[in-house]
Amino acid sequence: MIDEELVQLLTPEGERVAHPEYESTLSGDEIFGLYRDMAIIRRLCNESTSLQRQGQLALWAPIQGQEACQIGPGRALDPMDFTFPTYREHGIAWCRGVEPKEMLRIFRAVSNGGWDPYKYRHSVPAIVLGNQTLNAVGYAMGIQRDGAEEAAMTFFGDGASSQGDVLESFVWAASFNAPVVFLCQNNQWGISTPMSVQSKIPLYHRAHGFGFPGIRVDGNDVLAMYEVTKRALDNARVGGGPTLIEAYTYRLGAHTTSDDPTRYRVDAEVEVWRHRDPIERVKSLLVHEYKMKQSKFDEVAEEAEKLALQLREDVLAMDRPDPITMFDDVYAEFHPLIEEGRQEMVDLGVTGGAH
Amino acid sequence: MSQEVFLLPDVGEGLIEAEIVTWKVAVGDTVILNQPLVDVETAKATVELPSPYAGVIVTLHGNPGDMMEVHKPLITFEVGGSGSAPAPAAVVAEEPKVSNSTEGREAVLVGYGVANEEGVATRKNRRSTSPTATATPVAAAPHSSGPVRTTPPVRLLAKQNGLDIASVPGTGRDGVITRADVERALQGGGAAVAAAPRKASVPKTGPMQPTRFVGNDLAPWATGPKEERIPAKGVLKAMAEAMVLSKSTIPHAGVWLKVDATKTMELIAGLKQQPTLEGIRISPLTVIALAVTDAARHFPGINSHWDDATKEAVIKRSMALGIAADTSKGLIVPNIKEADQLDLVGMAQELNLLVDKVRAGTTSLAEMSGTSFTITNVGPFGVDAAMAIIPPGSGAILAVGQVAKAPWVVNDEVVVRQVVELCLSFDHRLIDGALASKVLAHIGNFLTDPAAAIIAG
Ligand SMILES: Cc1ncc(C[n+]2csc(CCOP(=O)(O)OP(=O)(O)O)c2C)c(N)n1
Ligand SMILES: [Mg+2]
Repeated sequence: MIDEELVQLLTPEGERVAHPEYESTLSGDEIFGLYRDMAIIRRLCNESTSLQRQGQLALWAPIQGQEACQIGPGRALDPMDFTFPTYREHGIAWCRGVEPKEMLRIFRAVSNGGWDPYKYRHSVPAIVLGNQTLNAVGYAMGIQRDGAEEAAMTFFGDGASSQGDVLESFVWAASFNAPVVFLCQNNQWGISTPMSVQSKIPLYHRAHGFGFPGIRVDGNDVLAMYEVTKRALDNARVGGGPTLIEAYTYRLGAHTTSDDPTRYRVDAEVEVWRHRDPIERVKSLLVHEYKMKQSKFDEVAEEAEKLALQLREDVLAMDRPDPITMFDDVYAEFHPLIEEGRQEMVDLGVTGGAH
Repeated sequence: MSQEVFLLPDVGEGLIEAEIVTWKVAVGDTVILNQPLVDVETAKATVELPSPYAGVIVTLHGNPGDMMEVHKPLITFEVGGSGSAPAPAAVVAEEPKVSNSTEGREAVLVGYGVANEEGVATRKNRRSTSPTATATPVAAAPHSSGPVRTTPPVRLLAKQNGLDIASVPGTGRDGVITRADVERALQGGGAAVAAAPRKASVPKTGPMQPTRFVGNDLAPWATGPKEERIPAKGVLKAMAEAMVLSKSTIPHAGVWLKVDATKTMELIAGLKQQPTLEGIRISPLTVIALAVTDAARHFPGINSHWDDATKEAVIKRSMALGIAADTSKGLIVPNIKEADQLDLVGMAQELNLLVDKVRAGTTSLAEMSGTSFTITNVGPFGVDAAMAIIPPGSGAILAVGQVAKAPWVVNDEVVVRQVVELCLSFDHRLIDGALASKVLAHIGNFLTDPAAAIIAG
């Protein structure tokens, strides 16, 4: 049964709360692992923003505030599951094993994707909103036909929830009972469009209308995110069908480095959510319940620092491919329209590699 | 050691330039990797640029206010070792800042309502004009700031019959104005007797829009604490102190006047058609500001204040015209210096500038001090009049209500006119009722026939 309210296992103050249906199954070390993931991904994200401000990336989509929504599910996934992300899923990519420098290639405009989707069983980011949900359902239907005990999981935002693609994917997932988990990170904003105009009802209620369960989770509570996702994935793998998880969260930073959120939202709103920081509450739990020493947290900070510097070095050392190669991997096979576009670029003189 | 030049990056996908807002470093400073260097403002955002190098600043290639080209030198560094090698002690940019200089929302100037097609401020939003509708006044509130909700054929019907659709109370679902509503209004009737209860357009669930309270967000009624204490800081503190000072030292008195501002509205509508004035926003406030400066030229005593230390009335022959503005931080009153020197277009341009600065949150302290006379325009909030408190340091304040259609008697006949109510509050220590009345009547005459007043000078 789906509870009407938000599933929360850890309060913003880092105190555990009981929930009738879910409880945390993680050990202190495992929780510390989640803390480490979140702290590292936040640091890498900040370095990426700096790199963009220094002219080294064309664009960056910050993750601040949404670390728990991604690290929880990221660690609940099995290596054999397949994930279908959008542009802000750096935390998922991290958990799937994608190297940070691979995450940045698309943002440095040196690749159409950035990594080998089959290597990590994590597809390249869909920038066209909602597209990835159809891919995920298609893949999930493939799993069904292969008789495999795997699940597909896909990620989208509150804004994307209004896309036809997303709703169509709900229909297909429901009709075929596909082993797919939909994770909607409701961060309250689709660029400057507030949540209030995306849906008159809580987003997770939508699933009921399509005929599968929906559940709302405190997206800033990594323990709850982990447990809810794990159960939904387990359920999907054994033929239980799709689940929509609405991670109720907030984008603390800008939509992307091209955006200025102070133009459309008030500081006070951001402040409210800062107090619900996903990383701080886990730290507080670790300190109080597990008596974790500050030195452990310092080690993570150091590790994150090293990774950030490594990332910087890797980005600065990236080759700049011949722009004409951007046409190479659009389709696996020859495509006349792509060839036409490629030829047009050649005629315009767009070739010749680094400049 | 070698020199490295940091070229101004394109921080916003396809920008060609950015303006330097503030340098956070100076020539000779030693900086570490990712240390904030400068705030630049682009067409999209004000952003902070972190240092790509660890080293010493050799040259800053521009000054605050300079527009810099993308991909041209911004800063030259002296760096040790190889150019872009990162320094070991990098600043952890905890929360990369996007901007801090723009206001959290568009400021609505008190006196600068969102102009509609007819150039008439508000009333458009007022629905509850019928007796039945007043029984449920709150029901209309959720729609008060939204556009008129109806269908094109109904809109046309109203237009063909010379009816302002916005003045028709909507009884349809969610307050939609139906054909029957318009027909009823045309017959001179009120709203339907059994008006369907209007549903609030804000869902009960989902994130709630905070309401502003002097620069603070208030939690909604249902979910907020039963009692909340907000410490006096910032605008709240300034407002509280100024108002207590004013109300406890200035013996306030007031005079009121209703004015037929139809010609003012026609003048504005005409000016909007002028190709030479394209891009210049002219509103009722522009004309009212002009009327005020004109009144001061005729009656200098109104542009004055009481100096209690010396027991003197101080008359000023230069007007720093304050305009009360409602911002996300609360009430602020920037002023236009030497407003008396401005003509209509000049006044419009100065007001535009003032509005832009308020919206951008860049109003300086100097622009808020020395006000000699203030206008507060409560019209955009949909009210008819206000009894304003005189800001300390000046002798009078003019409150302007909404410009709205109302019955008006011309040659013993009742006609529909655009009417505005004015209230002039004055310091009775130095300004008496006779002077205040003359000033207000002068302003009223100006608005009644602005073209004539402007020509007469
Ligand atoms: C089909 C489509 N329409 C519009 C866009 C432009 N766009 C990019 S991100 C975005 C907002 C998406 O908001 P949301 O789904 O809430 O995700 P968030 O950015 O908040 O993570 C929009 C409109 C797009 N990429 N694709
Ligand atoms: Mg969103």
